Amino acid sequence: MQIIEQPEQYDVIIVGSGAGGGMSTKILSDAGLKIAVVEAGPYFDPKDPVTQTQWKWPWQSPRRGAGTTRVFGEYDMAYGGWELEGEPYNHVNGTNFSWFRSRMLGGRTNHWGRISLRFGPRDFKVKDKDGLGENWPIGYQDVKPYYDKVDKLIGIFGSKEGLENEPDGFFLPPPKPRLHELYYKKGAEKSGVTVIPSRLSILTKRINNERGVCVYCGQCERSCNLYADFSSGSCLIFPAQKSGGQVNLYVNSMVREVTTDSNNKATGVLYINKEDRKEYALKAKVVVLAASACSTARILLNSKSERHPNGLGNSSGLVGHYLHDSTGTDRGAFVPQMMNRKFYNEDGVGGLHLYSPWWLDNKNLDFPRGYHIEVWGGLRMPVYGTGFNPNSLNEYLGLRVGGYGNGLREDVKRFYGSVIGLSGRGESVAMRNNYCEIDPTTVDAYGIPVLRFHYEWSDHERKQAKHMHDTFEEIIDNFGGIALGKKPSSGDFGLLPPGAIIHEVGTTRMGSDPKESVTNPYQQLHDVDNVFITDAGPFVSQADKNPTWTIMALAWRSSDYLIDQLKKQNL
Amino acid sequence: MDRRESIRSLVLGSLAGGILLESCTNGKTEELVDKIWEYQYGRTPQELEFDQKLLKEQFFEASEIEMITALAELILPPTPQGTIQQAKVPEFIEFMVKDYEPFQITLRGGLMWLNHYCNRAYGTTFLNSTEPQQKLLLDQIAYPDLEVKDQKFEVNFFSLMRNLVVTGYFTSEVGIKELGYVGNIPNLWNGVPDDIMEKHGFSYDDWADKFHDPANSSELAKWDNDGNLIS
Repeated sequence: MQIIEQPEQYDVIIVGSGAGGGMSTKILSDAGLKIAVVEAGPYFDPKDPVTQTQWKWPWQSPRRGAGTTRVFGEYDMAYGGWELEGEPYNHVNGTNFSWFRSRMLGGRTNHWGRISLRFGPRDFKVKDKDGLGENWPIGYQDVKPYYDKVDKLIGIFGSKEGLENEPDGFFLPPPKPRLHELYYKKGAEKSGVTVIPSRLSILTKRINNERGVCVYCGQCERSCNLYADFSSGSCLIFPAQKSGGQVNLYVNSMVREVTTDSNNKATGVLYINKEDRKEYALKAKVVVLAASACSTARILLNSKSERHPNGLGNSSGLVGHYLHDSTGTDRGAFVPQMMNRKFYNEDGVGGLHLYSPWWLDNKNLDFPRGYHIEVWGGLRMPVYGTGFNPNSLNEYLGLRVGGYGNGLREDVKRFYGSVIGLSGRGESVAMRNNYCEIDPTTVDAYGIPVLRFHYEWSDHERKQAKHMHDTFEEIIDNFGGIALGKKPSSGDFGLLPPGAIIHEVGTTRMGSDPKESVTNPYQQLHDVDNVFITDAGPFVSQADKNPTWTIMALAWRSSDYLIDQLKKQNL
Repeated sequence: MDRRESIRSLVLGSLAGGILLESCTNGKTEELVDKIWEYQYGRTPQELEFDQKLLKEQFFEASEIEMITALAELILPPTPQGTIQQAKVPEFIEFMVKDYEPFQITLRGGLMWLNHYCNRAYGTTFLNSTEPQQKLLLDQIAYPDLEVKDQKFEVNFFSLMRNLVVTGYFTSEVGIKELGYVGNIPNLWNGVPDDIMEKHGFSYDDWADKFHDPANSSELAKWDNDGNLIS
């Protein structure tokens, strides 16, 4: 079968349409460049009534929202999961990494929690603090102007707090906390844990006339058909198209490799059209990879040539290495004072209204990096699973568990909204020996060699998780709750497997030294100057923050540099 | 194109491709469209095809459905607020055993076990036993022993049945109404109602100025250079 040459010539091919690819698309097309966006999944618009799940009741589906077809429940708006049919991945030496992929226009931005935290000055230079890992080659002041622009373009609510490592931005006003969040605040503050309004990319106030304002349905994970939350399609790619940009979308198109010529330039990409299962060549002056940290590493490692025998951009041998995910562990609590609740509409925004940024100094602790705490609960819409073990909480009231009959109805009502969840999400230390690489034994359904992962937590993360659980119990006790289940007291201390928090970063880290990094500080490959990476691959360390806001700020910064280099004819 | 038409074209499109149903008369196509229309939820074409396949299959026999209905009515007896039938609990359980196959053996085996027990104890089937006899039996299996890790089969069976019945009921239209959930409609969230704040000993007073005022949410946001919102 021959490779089919696409006749169109582009200025830039962008691989992936999530946070990084979306931002690159917006900035580069606004600069007048002709763009091809190549996305492995189908077209998706949150406004489309055929695919819309927002506002649906559980009874409108025969499975009532169960997670049998989509791992976070069938109304969650990610076409993907940790396991994708026809797209396997493997592991080395029995280690574990769970790789979440969302195959659709906008990728994971369609369902994420919208928690949008800036990295602070300390986060870019964390090696200075604890001697571990590596510093970023750039600092907060380099990124600050871009965070400011992202705040204004996309919209984010929050409050000015003046915390040194949690920089303030251009915030919309945050929503008032819900009842369970007030319990959390009471308990946390008693232990000296900082509690502030959360910072989510949801519009509590209008920022332009194209997007709607939040109507507090609490369903951001279903992707908002008013465009009142951030997703890459609604906030970046569609606006780029509407403002007259030359943006062509190639959907259901899996990129196999970046093609190069004898002058050490990338010439474009090879991709497989999933519909006709044929291989196509697409040409451009510049290639921007934003396929996700691991997918981008996979594409680079599969782009082997005589000149690049270990894969493109891999003269350092570091592509795939320093992969890291946030740490995470959770605990639930029953709050007897919150039994027999009076119902009112407490949906709020799709996520937490309060959270705790990292509040301690690690020099007094036995682990090096911090974490933040998220809080969950409230009078949420019932969904598959509501009413499972309807009176298991009787155990804590000295009453019998189980039974049948109309008493069960009352039990469900009595306990509804009386459970709070706490989640710790922390920074792990990037390790060279945590990596993904090509597995020569396996290809996916499109004939593309797949990844295998080697990832192990260290005592840095285990001790941090132990601290999270000690803190959770103290906070729960403070607000009069009863911690559910047993506190994990050995092994990984309840740490979720790497990959579970879905913050994959670090596989193509940036740096000034080409021997110790894959890209330069503008996310341009050291080895091939017309290839850029604008997903989270170039992250040197991940901070105790969610990566999306930083992905977008850096993608904007990298795109400005790319435009400047094109103008100077340096590419 | 309205939603019903969209679904119709999706179904017909997949029919034309021969993916969904190979031999299907026009009459049956209309039935199919009606069935999907009953379930209004955003599916990808692959998901739609999968759900349609499950909806077409029948796992439980009529006698089993009858037993499931009887059990469900013992677990949540009918009240003026809602019934198992109104909540379509048997249909939901029928769907779930096809959607999640590990349920099949536990439920089918459990129903057999109920009949076996009744035959031995009462000399008749579960359905033909009297309600007091049925309840005597449920009393043996409805209370897990919290001291032991592995519950007996019949206790696990009843726990699964109870979970599916209760979740099936409280995710139905009547069940959600009975529970009292009042969201899933456009709203202007402005905090927990005053009487509830007071009852739990909370107040927004100390930090109210931080929060948004829904009254001016449709005005365009503007900031000064320090990030202070000025409109």
